[in-house]
Amino acid sequence: MKTDQQSKSTVWPDQIYQVFRENDIRQVAYVPDAGHGKLIKLCHADKNIHAVSLTTEEEGVAQLAGAWLGGARGALLMQSSGVGNCINMLSLIQECRFPLLALVTMRGQWGEFNPWQVPMGQSTAAALESAGMIVNHVDKAARIAETVHASARLAFSSYRPVAVLISQRVIGFKDWSK
Amino acid sequence: MLNQKKPVLERRDVVPALLKDRGDALLVTGLGSSTYDAYAAGDHPLNFYLWGAMGGAAMIGLGLALAQPKRRVLVITGDGEMLMGLGSLATIAVERPNNLAIIVLDNQHYGETGMQPAHTGRGVDLAGMAKAAGFASATTIYSAPQLKAWIPKFYSAPGPVFASVKVTTNPVPMTLPLRDGTAIKHRFREALLGAKAFE
Repeated sequence: MKTDQQSKSTVWPDQIYQVFRENDIRQVAYVPDAGHGKLIKLCHADKNIHAVSLTTEEEGVAQLAGAWLGGARGALLMQSSGVGNCINMLSLIQECRFPLLALVTMRGQWGEFNPWQVPMGQSTAAALESAGMIVNHVDKAARIAETVHASARLAFSSYRPVAVLISQRVIGFKDWSK
Repeated sequence: MLNQKKPVLERRDVVPALLKDRGDALLVTGLGSSTYDAYAAGDHPLNFYLWGAMGGAAMIGLGLALAQPKRRVLVITGDGEMLMGLGSLATIAVERPNNLAIIVLDNQHYGETGMQPAHTGRGVDLAGMAKAAGFASATTIYSAPQLKAWIPKFYSAPGPVFASVKVTTNPVPMTLPLRDGTAIKHRFREALLGAKAFE
């Protein structure tokens, strides 16, 4: 069975975008990722959001710390493989008690085809927790928006780093046939 | 054989000169000597002193510059710190914040860990990399007159602006600023945002 990756009827990226608007997210830092593809396009199209393409995920951790210093809220979008790249930079977040909202699309998990994705995918939650982040898991599309909203509140109202791990079960298998 | 000029500028002369007429500019300093130098030049609540997060100074500057487009943002950091975040030169060049200047105090060594040689003393040209990435302007500064000519550009030329200022490895007196990261953050935000800092 193939699962369609983000057809026009996939609504959760639009819902996350609405949550971003409701929570006054002004900077969205990302490393390009198929799972977040639609959300990234929506953010680029919004003139109130600086959507910043990174060369590595830790740049986004530092950028969003700078954003908060300047009074702006942001969100970091990445794939689970990028979490490992962030670890030392997360010491900035913990030591200074910066809020951080990270949305992580999972690989190496539900029905993975590429074995190279498995090591980081399987250690994503533990790695984030070891670096002081609060981790919220979501594996149903209908629960993504509320989880992101609750995580944004926790991050920006309680000044905490929060990651939402969006299961590969929601995103679907990558189609390797074409 | 590399034919690089020997640095003659002293970092404790360069940094006060950089900050003397800072006005309401916001400053991020890279871990180690850059942080100590900025403090030695005069503590300021709009200094965000890093004591860690190596490789992150320039990107903190970008996030701050995007959040505060009407303020000038300066990042002063070391060559080792900048080398750890080279990708951020590409990210910043693409984003093109016109209010951001990145100044590297380039002593061509890792000062905090015992003065081991850095790539910057072995032919790696940070200003060349910034220019190739697409910075609006980028240079390497060797002399006091050259520094004097560039200082106004750090505050008013269309950004992003990059400079590598070649400095000696001569020892300087130890000066240690506030190091509690949360306190540094609160102090900075309160100075910049007023009561909104604590909403």
